[in-house]
Amino acid sequence: MQINLFNWLSNKFDRFLERHFPKISEINRKYSKPKIQMDFWVRVSLLLLRLYLVFLILIMAYKFYLLVMG
Amino acid sequence: MKWVSELYYNYSKYAKMLAVYLAIAGPGIIVMVADNDAGGITTYAATGAKYGFALIWFLILLGPIAYFVQEMTVRLGAVTKKGHAEAIFDAFGPFWGWFSLADLTITNWLTVITEFIGMTAALSIFGISPIYTVIGVTLLMTFMVLQGKYWTWEKITFVFVALNLIYIPAAILVHPSLHDVIYKGIIPTIPAGSLGLLFFFIMANIGTTIAPWMIFFQQSSVVDKNMSEKDIIWGKADTAVGSILTVVVAVFVILVAGTLLYGQNIQSAAQAAIAIMPINYWVGVMFAIGLFDAGLLGAVAITLSSSWAFGEVFGWAHSLNQNVREAPWFYVTYFLGILSAGAVVLIPNAPLVLITLFVQVIATTILPATMVFLIILLNREEIMGKYKNTKTQNIINTAIVLMLIIMSTLYAVSVIFPNLFGGLI
Repeated sequence: MQINLFNWLSNKFDRFLERHFPKISEINRKYSKPKIQMDFWVRVSLLLLRLYLVFLILIMAYKFYLLVMG
Repeated sequence: MKWVSELYYNYSKYAKMLAVYLAIAGPGIIVMVADNDAGGITTYAATGAKYGFALIWFLILLGPIAYFVQEMTVRLGAVTKKGHAEAIFDAFGPFWGWFSLADLTITNWLTVITEFIGMTAALSIFGISPIYTVIGVTLLMTFMVLQGKYWTWEKITFVFVALNLIYIPAAILVHPSLHDVIYKGIIPTIPAGSLGLLFFFIMANIGTTIAPWMIFFQQSSVVDKNMSEKDIIWGKADTAVGSILTVVVAVFVILVAGTLLYGQNIQSAAQAAIAIMPINYWVGVMFAIGLFDAGLLGAVAITLSSSWAFGEVFGWAHSLNQNVREAPWFYVTYFLGILSAGAVVLIPNAPLVLITLFVQVIATTILPATMVFLIILLNREEIMGKYKNTKTQNIINTAIVLMLIIMSTLYAVSVIFPNLFGGLI
């Protein structure tokens, strides 16, 4: 169900881009298949990168919360 | 007579090598000297004022770090003929591509605002209103790129690179103690005082060593200059000379600030210039001119790195060898980047201090990604061929990248939570 919802949203977004920002759609299509071989270390590096970004977003959100709460 | 012919042979050989080097030199020197931008000069001035010469040895260590990271962009650009933005899209797909482009654009734009803050503050010392500075700088930066030749742009930029060395005569004029420079500066010592504060200054200095735009700028610049695999060795030499120059400028700023402002709390390079003027007027003037020049060089290089990145991804013509008619969007993005950043500085009561702090935080969201992509790309034999990283290069570069990620993250965290290291900001 969740996957279907994600696919549905993703398709909607792609169609929105295609209609309103065709250039971005074209770029997405052009680079849709990453050329680099996704071996173990590349996957681990990209996963760590995602976790790092989530961590940064969380501390910024926490700071925002502290500012709002005075 | 044999020695004459040998002498002539050696002279011809080295003259030819120098000629080749001078033809290739440019991207490495420009990126490294531009790295000593307005924010960099402020960091060095504050470091010198706080610790005197005590952290000179540490700044010297940062030279090789900058070299090892930037040298990879030379190889990647010369081998793939792609800028860093295009290389990320190509290798990692649209998600990481758009993330990098959007993050680079925001970070660069905010950083250019800080360059304008530095330039307007520097010229305000001479009574020039910020609005005239913004207009003048916009015109000058536009003139620099409108020649339709990469070579011409590079040579004009070299004039400002040379002007960045103004801190050398400034330091000579203040007569720093050679004994102190050697025994308190070059020989490593840990300065006394709060460890938290020292850690903060070390993080700030590391933060100024490698910025995300540098990686994008040098790789695109190498491509625009049409450097090929046979030029890599000269590109490396260019980067090495640049890394020496960046350290030299940083050390001489510290010599000036450490001699004249030791013990003072310096918050900006403009404040340092004003504080120096009553002690030695001409050194203060040089300091302010150097600050303006640093801001200008930074603004040019950073804005260009954004324009190149957009051109690569959107498939627009994006070379300094093309004129406005041939590459309109390249120049439009460049011009809009400068004008909008300059306009922010002119907004009354704009939160400029907040912007300056925010830049340091936002930069940490893109720096790790950019450097991780760089390491991964440099390890792919199918991309780099015989120019891929060796085992030794991987050990050095991975250690550097990990250290930079940890330190820049801690610096960003310390900016978000100022009390973390003892309330230092």
